[in-house]
Amino acid sequence: MGTVCVGGVYPAGCEKKRDTAAHSLLIGSGRGVFIEITHRCSPTLKWLTTSESFQLSRVCDIRNTVGNVPMEWYQDYPHIGYNLDGKKIFKPIRNKDELDEFLDKMENPDYWRTVHDKTTASDIRLTDEQVDLVHRLQKGQFGDVNFNEYEPSVDFFTNEVMIHPVTNRPQDKRSFIPSLIEKEKVSKLVHAIKMGWIKPRKPKETTPQYYDLWAKEDPNAILGRHKMHVPAPKMRLPGHEESYNPPPEYLLTEEERLVWEQQDAEDRKLPFLPQKHSCLRAVPAFSRFIHERFERCLDLYLCPRQRKMRVNVNPEDLIPKLPKPKDLQPFPTTMSLVYRGHTSLVRSISASPTGQWLVSGSDDFTVRFWEVNTGRCMKTLEVGGAVKSVAWNPNPAVCLVAVCFERTVLLLNPSLGDRLVVSSTDQLITAYEPPEEDKEQAVTWALSEGLEHNMGHRLTLTHPKAVKQVVWHGKGDYLSSVMPDNSSNLQVLIHQVSKRRTQNPFRKNKGLVQCVSFHPLRPYFFVATQRYVRVYNLIKQELTKKLMTNCKWISSMAIHPGGDNLICGSYDCRLAWFDLDLSTKPYKMLRHHKKALRGVAYHRNYPLFASGADDGSVIVCHGMVYNDLLQNPLIVPVKVLKGHQITHDLGVLDVTFHPTQPWVFSSGADTTIRLFT
Amino acid sequence: MGGLQKKKYERGSATNYITRNKARKKLQLSLADFRRLCILKGIYPHEPKHKKKVNKGSTAPRTFYLLKDIRFLLHEPIVRKFREYKVFVRKLRKAYGKAEWTAVERLRDNKPGYKLDHIIKERYPTFIDALRDIDDALSMCFLFSTFARTGKCHVQTITLCRRLTVEWMNYVVTSRSLRKVFISIKGIYYQAEVLGQLITWLVPYQFAHDHPTDVDYRVMATFTEMYTTLFGFINFRLYQTLNLVYPPKVTQHEKLNRWVSCSLQKLSALSASLARVVATAEEEEENQLDQFPADGEDLENMEAREKEQKEQEAQNRLFEGLKFFLNREVPRESLAFILRCFGAEVSWDKSLCIGGTYNVTDETITHQIVDRPDIDKQYINRYYIQPQWVFDSVNAKMRLPVEDYFLGVTLPPHLSPFVEEKDGDYVPPEKLKLMALQRGEKHGKIQEEEEDDDDDDDDEEYNDEVDDEDLTEEKNLKKMEDQRSQGKQTLAVKVTPGKVKPWETGSVGNKVRLEKEEKAEEKRLAIMMMKKKEKYLYDKIMFGKKRTTREVSACAFLVYLFYIDDVIVRLNYYRSFRLKKQPEN
Repeated sequence: MGTVCVGGVYPAGCEKKRDTAAHSLLIGSGRGVFIEITHRCSPTLKWLTTSESFQLSRVCDIRNTVGNVPMEWYQDYPHIGYNLDGKKIFKPIRNKDELDEFLDKMENPDYWRTVHDKTTASDIRLTDEQVDLVHRLQKGQFGDVNFNEYEPSVDFFTNEVMIHPVTNRPQDKRSFIPSLIEKEKVSKLVHAIKMGWIKPRKPKETTPQYYDLWAKEDPNAILGRHKMHVPAPKMRLPGHEESYNPPPEYLLTEEERLVWEQQDAEDRKLPFLPQKHSCLRAVPAFSRFIHERFERCLDLYLCPRQRKMRVNVNPEDLIPKLPKPKDLQPFPTTMSLVYRGHTSLVRSISASPTGQWLVSGSDDFTVRFWEVNTGRCMKTLEVGGAVKSVAWNPNPAVCLVAVCFERTVLLLNPSLGDRLVVSSTDQLITAYEPPEEDKEQAVTWALSEGLEHNMGHRLTLTHPKAVKQVVWHGKGDYLSSVMPDNSSNLQVLIHQVSKRRTQNPFRKNKGLVQCVSFHPLRPYFFVATQRYVRVYNLIKQELTKKLMTNCKWISSMAIHPGGDNLICGSYDCRLAWFDLDLSTKPYKMLRHHKKALRGVAYHRNYPLFASGADDGSVIVCHGMVYNDLLQNPLIVPVKVLKGHQITHDLGVLDVTFHPTQPWVFSSGADTTIRLFT
Repeated sequence: MGGLQKKKYERGSATNYITRNKARKKLQLSLADFRRLCILKGIYPHEPKHKKKVNKGSTAPRTFYLLKDIRFLLHEPIVRKFREYKVFVRKLRKAYGKAEWTAVERLRDNKPGYKLDHIIKERYPTFIDALRDIDDALSMCFLFSTFARTGKCHVQTITLCRRLTVEWMNYVVTSRSLRKVFISIKGIYYQAEVLGQLITWLVPYQFAHDHPTDVDYRVMATFTEMYTTLFGFINFRLYQTLNLVYPPKVTQHEKLNRWVSCSLQKLSALSASLARVVATAEEEEENQLDQFPADGEDLENMEAREKEQKEQEAQNRLFEGLKFFLNREVPRESLAFILRCFGAEVSWDKSLCIGGTYNVTDETITHQIVDRPDIDKQYINRYYIQPQWVFDSVNAKMRLPVEDYFLGVTLPPHLSPFVEEKDGDYVPPEKLKLMALQRGEKHGKIQEEEEDDDDDDDDEEYNDEVDDEDLTEEKNLKKMEDQRSQGKQTLAVKVTPGKVKPWETGSVGNKVRLEKEEKAEEKRLAIMMMKKKEKYLYDKIMFGKKRTTREVSACAFLVYLFYIDDVIVRLNYYRSFRLKKQPEN
């Protein structure tokens, strides 16, 4: 407010200038001023407008010329200033007090528009225009009614109008001649476009991302490769154990869990640990989820695929259809007799050709003779060593038993059965006449006399080495003994009883001989070494055949009474069946036993063969050979006979058939001999 | 001498196969591109029958592809696109290096892209072929849609996967083709029957993934690229079959959330029905099977089919008329999906997700699904059940009794609906109970007896199979158990009297037994005569059979124990039993 200071005396012609000053004052002043105005009279108000000042002068014509000075300065004076003529303006005699004021307020209808002028100390009643002006100012409008605040602005510096230049520099030449660099660039671009290096922008594709791809299903689209395609197997569906809340039997125990953790990922039966959560809220994220998905991806594109025919066989169909054992009777089925008496394991047994007697040799240095039907021990003979083998002479007209122990082969006459036969046998032995020229023989023949003769000993053959086996020829005159020895050719000897002659048929050692056997009908001789069976023709004195048994170690051998078939038992649990006419290889390998085979035997009349092994069992098989060569032999196991106890890992040591009945004898390590009928 | 010498490995199987490296060279592709091509075209290695012959005498481990397959790849137009892209990348890098930004922009404008439509059409000539192979695509897309924007793959892929999966779920809801659901520890398995094909997929739980470092995400991304294309086309076709608009739109008359502009979000809420191309009546008339005059087996088949269809319809209306409310702690999406698939109305808290149609306070709500031990304010006219009820009911094809699933109740075991027990397999007792329920037997006290009966039957069944020793042992244990339950006496080990052999007693009843034994022996003898090869196979089969019976009998024995006492005691007993058994085995 104090910024506009008007001089003390105004010339009359200066009205207009003052007016503009007042105007500018109004523009510049804030709103607060006018609020003040309404209540108390301001000294500047009298300058408001020209018309107003005229009005004021016309009413009372008092103008204070002191200017805009605080009126307090005139407090102590009777006057408050000077008028235009330079005369003092005196204060009114009495100032209005509160009561006057109030009365005035109550009575004067124009009180609201009355303003007290301090400079002249008089009350001024505002005109209608003035009140209007005050109201407009209070509203924040311009004082001048005719003033247009929204007049269009006049631009003087835009992108279009620039009435003042930015710089005054004259234009360069280059600004109005074409640019060489640009020309070069453009020509490069043109060249590139011409050459097809720069391609125009591709138009946006308008086809939708997805549409009906299979709208037209073309049957020709199914190519051969679709038929060859091996679709990947689907993911395995989860089982109960994968549940978040599985039945308790699917959870792993503590130990199983430890085992699971220690196993390799490939060995695990389950790829995850089954877990139980009490509620769905408690189930955590599966940590290997992305891994499993990734592995599935790898499987899909890296795993070689192959069509595999799944073996969907009924195991019952694999079992061969064999004739029922019932239809193949007779064969031994039950154990009917046990011959007890030996005190050590019974190595060997042999039945008499009549089938009435049985002889057995044991490790307790005895040979016992039994009656087959009663199981009675008829005779016990003490010999000087563990009996390795006994053999009853197959000739029914002769009653002789060969027994071997240590280095001796003993020929016994058990004096059992027909008296005539017994005496004729004795005569046969005594009828021997020594030849003129005494040849040097491998064994010494000695005739028993005296006490020994009474005991039944007839002839004693003392061998140079320990004898393991004795075998009779079918006619009953020849006898062969085996002395296994790896280092010499003296392993097998053939003795002729009637002439008390011994010969060594082999000049060469072909391996450790296990057992030997005579052909039942023809002059063949079978020698089994560890892995091969050699068949010699005794008349021509030559090797006829060499049978490969495919076994590791042959233990025993038996020849079919027809002479066409041969069975070999071996320590590696196998039984090889040979067809001698067919091949030198086994026609059939039977692996019936669990342990080493010790003895095999053919029946003389019935199509049966039996094998005894260390597992304590005797297996009887039906082995039918047909005369018709086109028909294959029928081999059917018919019975597993058990009875022998296993002692010291040894079970059955020898088996032999009854010569006429379908009965089988077996001797075992449990000191017994058993008869199965 | 006459004739040319025949060279080795120029004929036969050696010429039909090609190693991977040679194939790569033939196609002039880098290994990564070759891999990508194989994934996209569905070429997989083959295992030759005689590997040594194919490998030209060497036994080194190699991957072999069929030469025909590789020749087939030679004509693939996408191979050229791969090369173009490689050139593009090279040019772009060069332009960047020279800071030629206009060139960069120009190159970017003409970025070469490729489409897999023709490959999809070629790999799956018919729609059913494609549908059959969608299992992996679904699982993969569901996995990718849960990925965060971590830079493991493009954001566009994630959003596309999310969109496709949401579309799929909406389709399943609309067609009501969901059949089985299973909560496993890996995630939630769903099985739907779409156009006669059973489609199974696995959805992981909603957690942030701990991205493994030993996983090649490029391979996964290539698969996803192929799968999204395939999946989109399948979705399109499926929507078409249902007469729905594709891409799906929410029907207009349901103006639930006007302020939400994102349609994907709205769709993913799974609470609104979809717009149809042709407005049809709400009630769709099911296609009735036409009646054909038939006789004999055909008639039976027809009846069976009709029955099956009726059952299916009943299952589809399983939750119809029920009103569910999901509490905020239950997995909203899966439950809303399942419930809507079976015709239920479902809603949730507004602050949880958009699409909730009513509030907790709605009096007409029949079931509220809660997964917390207790809840403060309970309404009396609704059931408060745990989420497993929904899953079990769907699998059982019936509304199970809710008592077992109330708040704070120990839940019954959750069984897999995918297991189909064959004869001789172990069936958990819960399943037997469920089957009895399905047959319509009463649920309650009688059930206990039935279970015992069932159990006895089981015992007999497996006793026949189990060896005699096992049988006596079993009996021993049973006796012990009886003693335990009666008087809690100490377990005294007893020796059972030996069995009297039948031929020694010679009674009349043993004739049958004798015959049986004779048969058994016959079989034993015949087995002895088997050939070595067949014997091996036979032994193998029998070994597997015996193992399953052993496992079954072990489990069944445990279950027998379970019925004797309450849970904890039986568990402990079972543990001790198993621990005792371990060293013997």
